[in-house]
Amino acid sequence: MLKHLAPWLIAAALLPAGAATLQPDKSELGFTFKQMGVPVDGKFKKFEAQLDFDTKKPEAGKISFTVDLGSVSLGDPSYDKELAAATWFDTKRNGRASFVSSAIRPTGAGRYDVAGKLTIKGATQDVVVPITLTGGVAAGSVAIKRLDFKIGDGEWADTSIVANDVTVKFKLAFSGL
Amino acid sequence: MSAPLRYTRIAVVLHWLLALAIVGAFLVGLYMTDLPFSPQRLKLYNWHKWAGVTILALSALRLLWRLTHRPPADAPMPAWQARAAHAVHLLLYLAFFAVPLTGWAMSSAKGFPIVWFGKLPLPDFVPKDHDLGELLESVHAWLAYGLAALVLAHVAGALKHQFIDHDGLLSRMSLRRP
Repeated sequence: MLKHLAPWLIAAALLPAGAATLQPDKSELGFTFKQMGVPVDGKFKKFEAQLDFDTKKPEAGKISFTVDLGSVSLGDPSYDKELAAATWFDTKRNGRASFVSSAIRPTGAGRYDVAGKLTIKGATQDVVVPITLTGGVAAGSVAIKRLDFKIGDGEWADTSIVANDVTVKFKLAFSGL
Repeated sequence: MSAPLRYTRIAVVLHWLLALAIVGAFLVGLYMTDLPFSPQRLKLYNWHKWAGVTILALSALRLLWRLTHRPPADAPMPAWQARAAHAVHLLLYLAFFAVPLTGWAMSSAKGFPIVWFGKLPLPDFVPKDHDLGELLESVHAWLAYGLAALVLAHVAGALKHQFIDHDGLLSRMSLRRP
């Protein structure tokens, strides 16, 4: 009897249990933009994600994501200090950016379109983030316009110096998915 | 075959074009480094980089031209002065390459690669490395000061020929046709 049950028990144990835990050391959140044609890469060192997702019922899934804006880095401390200032991320008043999903739609094997609301610096925009899910790792990228969120205000609003288009790239590893 | 009396038209044009570009890039370089973080600073840094790469390319052209076209013979002067003048010329040519190349490498090391005129991405021949970037920054600056000193020596020599020796040496490099 047990011999027959074993495969089923293993399969049940492997099934997504619902809530998954982010593994920060295996995850990455970065972004790329252009300044006068020069691609510049940056990253956020601290972020959290809550994922409630079942591959069998993706539509019922929920993802919420928060980013510690103060953990932004372009790889040079002098630039990072500037990015924390009011003109850019204004981390004193807006410590966190968030993304909360509203709908998840499967688009292919291991592929999903995650629609939701992205809030940075008090401004909220609807975005659709295409992700691929393989081996507990959700990866993808989404293009946003920095001026929609007043990132780089005032004299920095000049998009001939710093382009409006920013590509946000992520790789989020979850355990228990 | 005797040496020509003056530099070729191309050599003269390249000389003055590069003189202007190098002095301009040097002054922008001096000014921009003291600016606070601002769009103006970014703009000038990019212009400085574009100018530097242009100077490098034109210098390569100029060196090829110099190696394939005979320059005029030395004006009558003591041998040590002729040697000094030639040494300054040689060091100037070295600096025409060393200063832009260290600037280019420094850009790569600091993680802000050069995109020439915002259009043509140039390859990185050094990796992104903070300490290497700092090192190249000081090497670039000192080489640029060295180039400035060489330019001053070169100009002082030319002025000496013009106003003390009255030997008409400057006409060899005149933009006006004789």
